[in-house]
Amino acid sequence: MEWKIEIKNKKGIFDPLAIGIKKDIKDLGIVGVKKINTSQVFVISGNISAKDARRIAEGLLTDPVTQEYRIEDGCGSPKRHGSRVRGPGFRVVEVAYNPGVMDPVEESAKKAIRDMGIEGVESIKTEKRYLIKGRLTGSQFKTICERLLYNKVIQHVVQAPLDGVYPEQSRGARDRRALSLEAQGGYKFKLITVDILKANDKKLMKISKKGQLFLNLREMKEIQAYFKKIKRDPTDCELETIAQTWSEHCAHKTFKGVIDYREKGIGHSAESIALGNRKIDNLLKNTVMKVTKDLDKSWCVSVFKDNAGIIKFDGEDNICFKVETHNHPSALEPYGGAGTGIGGVIRDILGVGLGAKPIMNTDVFCFGLPDTPQDKIPKAILHPKRIMKGVVAGVRDYGNRMGIPTANGAVLFDEAYIGNPLVYCGTLGIMPKDKSSKDAQSGDYIVVIGGRTGRDGIHGATFSSGELTHESGGISGGAVQIGNPITEKKLTDTLLKARDRGLYNAITDCGAGGFSSAVGEMGMDLGAEVDLEKPPLKYHGLSYTEIWISEAQERMVLSVPEENIAELSEIFNAEDVRAVVIGRFTGDKRLRLKYEGNMVCDLDMKFLHDGLPRFERKAVWSMPRHREFKKDFPGTLAKSLLKILSSWNVSSKEWVIRQYDHEVQGHSVLKPLVGVKNDGPGDAAIIQPKFNSKKGIIVSNGINPRYSSIDPYWMAASCIDEALRQVIAVGGALKRTALLDNFCWGNTDKPDRLGDLVRASFGCYDIAKGYGVPFISGKDSLNNEYSVHGKSISIPPTLLISAVSVMDDIRKTISMDFKKAGNLIYVVGMTYDELGGSHYNMINGIIGNNVPRVDAKYGKRVFKRLNSAIEGGIVKACHDCSEGGIGVSLAEMAFSGGLGAEVFLGEVPFEAQGPRRNGLILFSESNTRFIVEVKKRDKKKFEAVMRGIPIGLIGCILDKKALKIYGLDCKKVMDADINKLKEAWQRPLRW
Amino acid sequence: MKKIRVIVLRTAGTNCDEETAFAFNICGALVDLVHINKIAGNEKSLQDYQILAIPGGFTYGDDIASGKILANEMKYRLSEELKDFIDDGRLIIGICNGFQVLVKAGILPGLNGNGIEATLSYNDSGKFEDRWTYLRVAGGGHRASNCVWTKGLKEIIYLPVAHGEGKFIPRGRLIMDSLKKNRQIVFRYIDEKGRPAGYPYNPNGSVEGIAGVCDPTGRVLGMMPHPERHILGAQHPRWTREGLKRFGDGVKIFKNGVDYVRQKL
Repeated sequence: MEWKIEIKNKKGIFDPLAIGIKKDIKDLGIVGVKKINTSQVFVISGNISAKDARRIAEGLLTDPVTQEYRIEDGCGSPKRHGSRVRGPGFRVVEVAYNPGVMDPVEESAKKAIRDMGIEGVESIKTEKRYLIKGRLTGSQFKTICERLLYNKVIQHVVQAPLDGVYPEQSRGARDRRALSLEAQGGYKFKLITVDILKANDKKLMKISKKGQLFLNLREMKEIQAYFKKIKRDPTDCELETIAQTWSEHCAHKTFKGVIDYREKGIGHSAESIALGNRKIDNLLKNTVMKVTKDLDKSWCVSVFKDNAGIIKFDGEDNICFKVETHNHPSALEPYGGAGTGIGGVIRDILGVGLGAKPIMNTDVFCFGLPDTPQDKIPKAILHPKRIMKGVVAGVRDYGNRMGIPTANGAVLFDEAYIGNPLVYCGTLGIMPKDKSSKDAQSGDYIVVIGGRTGRDGIHGATFSSGELTHESGGISGGAVQIGNPITEKKLTDTLLKARDRGLYNAITDCGAGGFSSAVGEMGMDLGAEVDLEKPPLKYHGLSYTEIWISEAQERMVLSVPEENIAELSEIFNAEDVRAVVIGRFTGDKRLRLKYEGNMVCDLDMKFLHDGLPRFERKAVWSMPRHREFKKDFPGTLAKSLLKILSSWNVSSKEWVIRQYDHEVQGHSVLKPLVGVKNDGPGDAAIIQPKFNSKKGIIVSNGINPRYSSIDPYWMAASCIDEALRQVIAVGGALKRTALLDNFCWGNTDKPDRLGDLVRASFGCYDIAKGYGVPFISGKDSLNNEYSVHGKSISIPPTLLISAVSVMDDIRKTISMDFKKAGNLIYVVGMTYDELGGSHYNMINGIIGNNVPRVDAKYGKRVFKRLNSAIEGGIVKACHDCSEGGIGVSLAEMAFSGGLGAEVFLGEVPFEAQGPRRNGLILFSESNTRFIVEVKKRDKKKFEAVMRGIPIGLIGCILDKKALKIYGLDCKKVMDADINKLKEAWQRPLRW
Repeated sequence: MKKIRVIVLRTAGTNCDEETAFAFNICGALVDLVHINKIAGNEKSLQDYQILAIPGGFTYGDDIASGKILANEMKYRLSEELKDFIDDGRLIIGICNGFQVLVKAGILPGLNGNGIEATLSYNDSGKFEDRWTYLRVAGGGHRASNCVWTKGLKEIIYLPVAHGEGKFIPRGRLIMDSLKKNRQIVFRYIDEKGRPAGYPYNPNGSVEGIAGVCDPTGRVLGMMPHPERHILGAQHPRWTREGLKRFGDGVKIFKNGVDYVRQKL
């Protein structure tokens, strides 16, 4: 029996969901919607009596204060629904998940019904129903549904209006039946082999393409050779295993391959850095990883080998940090993609060493422009605003439910991200120092814990290694999934108990590639044997290969000595977490998979992990020459400042930040929003991870893709400088700071894209080395391109640098808001003619060429001195200068503190060949600069500490709420109301 | 001195258990974090504790509605034990999700037995929000308090909220009148000057700015704001402007609970 229970609001109850949709419809340019009602539908099937259905509806599903329920006929018969078109102008649409997509409510609702003493529920599906009143044409209604109410990648429309706009009408009931039929029928084993021994080149590529293996011809031939040697064709499972292990996502072939790099046109600028034409064997080892090796810091515990980088925190604990990307899934299904992105990086932290406790999340996103007109959006692409809302909601719902504060992040916008948004998710963890390494033993059982395996997320690893096309949603829809944070939360709670009792030897997460990747990696040096019928499944009907490569979320794999199995199971079972033995690590260095006793995979681990052919790629970088403007732009400085403050990148991200619980766990010391009204843009987040210790951890990030179009070398340098100066600005020091790199790039098979990557990597090496700051982990996501009509659009080369720093005493923390009228304002650091890629240039429609550079030797001195001044307690506020330069920093400090300022541009330390100009000084984006507030009586002390560093006493803080700026000729060039500046800054994202 | 024992109830999706335990700890109590399965399975008993704390989080994902599934579980698996616990004169505090659980289980406001007399519904803003709020404390300052948890609190305290479903709606006017008459409305959202105010001061659109209520005995307290997130001075969002204090406004609430047990139980 199937019961359909509709829960809706009582009359007069405010429905914020409906209000939000109404607003979004208006944003689509569709007027005429008068009213929207939403309701929740539960479809419960199983052996349930009418009486019990009523009990469930009344006692569990309905809130008696605000809601009422209606039980509908279960067979999907439209009769009982009455007329779906309720009078003229009413339309009803009902959205359900596609079969196989996880519905997180199912498990908890089933539990609740069992608690009520009602047995016999087989499945629960939730659907959302919308009743839309207003004069709409059929196509407008279709637009509303497709743009706002459902995403065909994971959902479909069940009930549609009778006018039949929807071709998929009532597909839901059919799908549910189909799925349950499948459940009854189950899966009958049949070994599938792929005929590659005799395949010619064309056929090999066909196999790769058809199987979504994303392997190139050289790789396919290597595989063919291996199987020729062992004289048999591979099974589908073996091919999948190889494809996944060799995917860019898992093998980082570009970074680790050989690159033939050439550069052109360097000569025409004195400041450009020539790397020289050269062959690079393993870019990663020669740049990012080399910094760490060269610096050889004793506090680096584990770098570039485990799930995350590990550094020392105090005598007892280490901390670990990792940032991942989840770009392609987020493009297709923003909510699920971002949610599973954060879920995945949390598992990285749970799986580092023997497992760490996640204590902070950081999230950085890049989207297309939210005000892009709908007709400029390519086919099958979601609008940037919808992507952003979905991504933020996904991170919010997953991170908040996990009880991990999301305390740091950034959101950037550029039209080039329109088809390929970037979603960086990072997690910081803490672990006892003796739990920082793992060592699986032969003979250990392979135990899977957490979620069940389903058909979701098949081909995620290979899919992320290819380009997106307008067909990606249809072909690779399986790669997109919805996460269930509560499954992961239960896993976290119990896992850390098992860790503390020392019950397992090794752990890793099931991420991209699922079991294939997790077991393959853990058993690399040992060999493993797995019985594929053993993992718990979400539903029947999965083939052995699907089970092996499924990327179903919330699963981890442990290596457990036989004698600990019972105790381990007890810990997990006590809190309703599944722990199941699926195999054993052997010692024979082979990967053997069986299904019901049948061998379905038998591969040599050595071939699997070392067999990937290395090849040489060409890389070219031609120094670009952009248009330049050698005067101040027309218009007043105040107008320019307002425009920059209102630009998408600079504007307030409060709308995003508030939706994240940034204070759960109670450790936050410096919150992302600071100042007199708790709404100013803090430079970095600080947490105090132990209540009984004054030690803190600072997390910050640097990202500025705009500079890439001039020179990725300086882009990378600027990102590092930005992340580090934010650490300094809040009271941190360089000496215990480490970095993560995170490259999101276009298709690096194209020499120009790869040339950019080479330059950025060397920028990373030179500047991080110069600052003495090691990289401890990283990630690359290549192939961030989107093809429309065969033309490939690449994202701008985007590097995220994340910094983590251990702070000795959190009481030294300072925030960026101006504190007190009468205090002095200094600029620290030299300003140069560096408007290339700046926001001042951007609002005036040019890019320019003078990209901000970094001199790490000088920068290190600046950071050291400023840090001494802050630790000495003589700095009251400090803010770094980044997008929008001194102008934006001053404005932000003023309105965050609710105080004005009077500033003289003539006092700003400035060095340039050309003439000094007001606009240049105010908006140049030179690196390694800060605005600092100092009490009058500390003037001498501060200047003494900063001796030898370019600083300028540029003005003082005013009681009056005005930002007054005097130009080089000492005439007033700006007198702006700080509330107006603040409004300009807050308005764009006040959604 | 008498040992005060606090049980912090955990289940799938509980989040704020450790900071809640810390808050009681520094007030001198012994705290156990206990999974509900242990109580339902008779491995642990509520009877061994004088204070029950239901912390914040998203129990069972807040699927169906916030706190609903744990409320349902308590109703069907723990109702006898809970009734005895309350009848014995012991204390309960539910914070955020814990408040949602107590309301949806019919324990708060607790006017007439176990009926559902109120709810905590979706924020008017339509989204989860983390922000600091000013709260007027009924019986704060020098006035007598009906609630054991709020004795001697300042008239206005400052605590953060972090929720998506915190809009308190009583079930009808009669309930509202009783709440007022019994002085059960313990916390109300106000602005920094102490005046009733709309969004964002009232972060969720709660009726009459209600942020927390107690039962008629004053021993069971539920509140959406998080006192356990303002225990130490460095948790205050503006300590870098206003100076670092040793303790935050939330401590006194936990201390009141512990002191009450020490004196009365």
